[in-house]
Formats: sequence, structure tokens, C-alpha cells
Amino acid sequence: MTIGLGHYLVVAACLFTLGIFGIFLNRKNVIVILLSIELMLLAVNINLVAFSHFNGDLVGQVFALFVLTVAAAESAIGLAIMVVYFRNRGSIAVEDINMMKG
Amino acid sequence: MIDSTVLQVVLPELILAIGAIALLMVGVFMKNGEAAGRVVSWLAVGLLIVVGIAVFEQGGSATVFNGAFVSDSFTRFLKIVILVGAALTLLMTFDNFTRAKLLLFEYPVLVLLATLGMLMMVSANDLISLYLGLELQSLALYVVAAFSRDDVRSSEAGLKYFVLGALSSGMLLYGASILYGVTGSTSYVSIASAAGLPEMATNVGLTFGLVFVLVGIAFKVAAVPFHMWTPDVYQGSPTPVTAFFAGAPKIAAMALLLRFTQAAMPTAAPQWQQIVIFLSIASMALGAFAAIGQTNIKRLLAYSSIGHVGFALVGLAANSADGTSGVLIYLAIYVAMTLGAFACVLSMRRGDRYVESISDLAGLARSDLTFATILAILMFSFAGIPPLAGFWAKWYVFLPAIKAGLYPLSVIGMVSSVISAFYYLRIVKVMFFDEPAEAFSPREGRTSAVMALSAFFATVFVLPFVGGAIVDAATAAASVLVSAHPL
Repeated sequence: MTIGLGHYLVVAACLFTLGIFGIFLNRKNVIVILLSIELMLLAVNINLVAFSHFNGDLVGQVFALFVLTVAAAESAIGLAIMVVYFRNRGSIAVEDINMMKG
Repeated sequence: MIDSTVLQVVLPELILAIGAIALLMVGVFMKNGEAAGRVVSWLAVGLLIVVGIAVFEQGGSATVFNGAFVSDSFTRFLKIVILVGAALTLLMTFDNFTRAKLLLFEYPVLVLLATLGMLMMVSANDLISLYLGLELQSLALYVVAAFSRDDVRSSEAGLKYFVLGALSSGMLLYGASILYGVTGSTSYVSIASAAGLPEMATNVGLTFGLVFVLVGIAFKVAAVPFHMWTPDVYQGSPTPVTAFFAGAPKIAAMALLLRFTQAAMPTAAPQWQQIVIFLSIASMALGAFAAIGQTNIKRLLAYSSIGHVGFALVGLAANSADGTSGVLIYLAIYVAMTLGAFACVLSMRRGDRYVESISDLAGLARSDLTFATILAILMFSFAGIPPLAGFWAKWYVFLPAIKAGLYPLSVIGMVSSVISAFYYLRIVKVMFFDEPAEAFSPREGRTSAVMALSAFFATVFVLPFVGGAIVDAATAAASVLVSAHPL
């Protein structure tokens, strides 16, 4: 069996869905949410590189490089905000992020 | 080799990028923290004015960097609105941040970088430049939301904004990757021509990608059902930051939406129109009902801004040149009024303590009639009472929608406009007819100037040389977008 575009897309779709579910179903802590966000972005990268390969067009790989770079900056900022939050609240459990409601 | 004509097209962004980094250096090398904050804030306002002049001086239409970056009268109109919004919010920060001991040089630099991201979003004509502009804006905004580092609410606002913002970026990116795969290009022009081919009319991938990108952008403009972060982030962030959030970033995200739908996806209009109509109805309805029970004025303004996004989307749903210019007019008026409303919130101070609840405004007319009158004008304008600016904003989005035959949308819009008038008018009632609460401390000059300017704008918009000029500019801007990409 040859591995075609469809297989890559299915893997990426599974990872992306896992990422989204990781954000919404997770009751533990914020670090898991950061991991889930990374998972979503990596799913996108698989998509881009697979399309780039099968369409014979380099732009997708350039896009994937940009996404990698931005993802690194994004998780740095996410971790920084999380550290600030932990200092104030003493917890990073998802159910404790409830100061404001309504 | 980059020649000078390319540099001329991106001159405003170049000035802003280099200026922001230069100001960062100024801040780093100044010894005194608060003095550095003050100096850098003023320099940032100056820089935004210079960039505004650079945008104003440009003419014609140009596309550079392989079609990734476009400059035309559409981008110029929105860039001016964004720059005015950013500069005025910076002016309003001084007093509040000095008292909160937050007058640090990082804040204006972050605002400048976010503004740079917004300018790039407005000019984006390619999925890559769209994403990079959006992220430059969002990353800076996550940080400013959590800017009050010792306040648990502010850091919670930052955390919530970050998680949902990153989720929306991920969705948008996933959609972008599918659009790239289906059409074989990231450029709007190529996407539009590939999507226009007859065999693409029933392509599921195209619709799939379109939906994901729209969901991502709907998060950024805070359209229902992707609005959950808005009230918390507005309430938790320091008020000057909220004022910034409510204005410029929404304009940039709407610009992204307008150009993406009309330049990249003109042939998929039946698909995105349905989505936009749904977002619009849901936002208008939620904006009207959810704000009724609010006691915190920042939260109320958050729901109000969700409602206003719904009204602006009515113009987009019409999918015509008139509709697009209606959206642009709506955005310009919305920014002007929102800045004024937040200037009022920033003036609600007793001693060193800022208050945020609506009951604090009780009997304001007796202690400070000017303040109460200005806020009343803004509330009447928000409610859409003629002849104030807010009425004309709604006029210019509903007229094209009716012309396009979107009767249910228009009727629901007008009904929710009437319902939302209730909570705007309640504020007026509290200020003029309730038993006075303790009076506020004297207002600060710059903030008062912004709110007076805003109320003045809302009142004189009806004059032809004010409103007419804006309407003409918006019409010219919209015609560029639509004529370049015939529907």
C-alpha cells in the first residue's frame, strides 16, 4: 500500500481534533492546554507539508516554517502568562480560573 | 532586490516597526522607570501620528511582495481608523497607569507592535501574511491583557485570552492549510481564481477551509457563538487596555474578514453569507439580551461591543459595495464612540480608586453635568437615536441589507437595536434621575478631551462635511475592494 495524501490528512485531522478536545475536555491544568495548542499547530504543519509535497509547490513548506516560529513565540508567551497567573493565584488548575463569571 | 517603490508601499509599516524597536531601546536605556514610561508613551503617540501621516500621503493601489501585501484606499481608510484608535487609547492611559504604578515603557511598545500587526492584517492579501499579521497583533495583546502583573483578575484575563486566542489561531490556520491544499496557492488572487473554476463549485474541501477560517476570524471579532472570552477579558484587563481592545483590534479583524470574503472567496459568497448572517443575528441578539443584567460597566460595554459587531456584519451579509462601505462607516463610528465611552469609564474615580459599577454613576448629573451629558450623548448614539452618529452607522448597514432582500436579518437587527436601547437608556436614567452617589474626583484633562471629542463627533456626524466626508471615503474604499474582485 502506498501512503497518499489522504493518509496524511487523516492523521492531521485526528491530531487537530485531539488538540481541540484536549482544550475543552481537560479538567486538570493549563499546561495540558498549552500542549493541546501545540498539537493543533503541528497538525496544521502536517497538512501544509503534505499538501506542499503532493501539489509540488514549495509555499506550503515556507508557511510551515513560519507556523513553527510563531508557535514557539506563542508557547513562550503562554508559559509567561501562566507563571504570572500562578504567582497571583497559587494554582494553575483549570477549575480555579473562575474569578470572573456571568 | 527590493527597490524603492516597494519600500514606499510599506513605508508606514516600516516606520512603525523600526520606531517600536527604537522606543524599546529608549526605554531600556533610561534609568528612571516611570519617567521612561512617560517619555516612551509620548514618543509612541508621536510615532503613531507620523505613521498616520505616512499612510495619508500614500496614493493609488499597489501590491508588493508577490501579492502578499496590498495598499489601496480600502487599507488606507482602515489604517487611519486603527491609528487614531491606538493613539487616543495611549493618550488615555497616563493617568490610570500612573496611579496603578503601571506606567512602564513596555506598554506603549507592545501597543505599537500590536498596531503594526493590525496594519499588516489590513493589508494582508495572502494567507501567510494574514497569519503573521494576526499573530503579531494577538501575541502583543495577550501580554497587555495580563499587564497588571500583581492583579489576579488581569492575569486571569490574559490567560483566558491567550487560550481562546491560540485556539482560534489554530482553527484559522487549519482552514488556511486546507484552502492552500485545495486551491494550490496561498495568495488571495490565485485562491479566488481557483475557487471560481466550475469543478470547484461543489468542492467540500473549499467549504471546509472557508468555515474554519471564518470561525477563526469570528473569535477575533468576538461574534457569537465565539464571544465567550470577551466579557471576562474586558472586565479583567486594566481599563486603558480594555479601551484599546474594544477599538483597533476589532477593526483589523473586520478588515481581514472583509478582504478575505470578498477578495479570496467571491465565488463562495452563498456559503459565507449564510455563516455571516448567522453570526450577525446571534451577536445582535446576545448583545441585546446579555447586557441587560450587567452591573459592571466594562462588562456591559463588552456585551455592547458584541452587539455592535453583529450590526457591522449585517453590512457584510449584504455582499455589495454599499454593504462593504456600510461596514467601514460602522467601524469608524463605533471606534469613535467606544473610545469616548471608555474615556468616561476611565474618569470614574474616587480618590485613588477606580470604580466600575453602573450604580456608581447614580446622580452624576448633579455633581458633574458635563460628564453626565457627554456620557448620555454617547449612550443615545450607541442606542442609535437620530441624529447622532450611531443612528447613521445603523442606517448605512441596514439599507444595503434591505436592498439585498435580507428582510428577516434586518427585522431581527432592528428589534435587537430597540432592546439594547433599554440598557443604554438605563445608564442615562441612573445618571440623571437616581439619588446621587458619592461624587467622582476631578477628571483628568487628556481623558476628558477624548470623551468630549467623541461626543462632539457623535453629534456633528450629521453635518455633511463631517459625515459626508467619511461616507465618501468609505464608499471609495469599498469600491476598490469590490471592483478589484468583481462579485
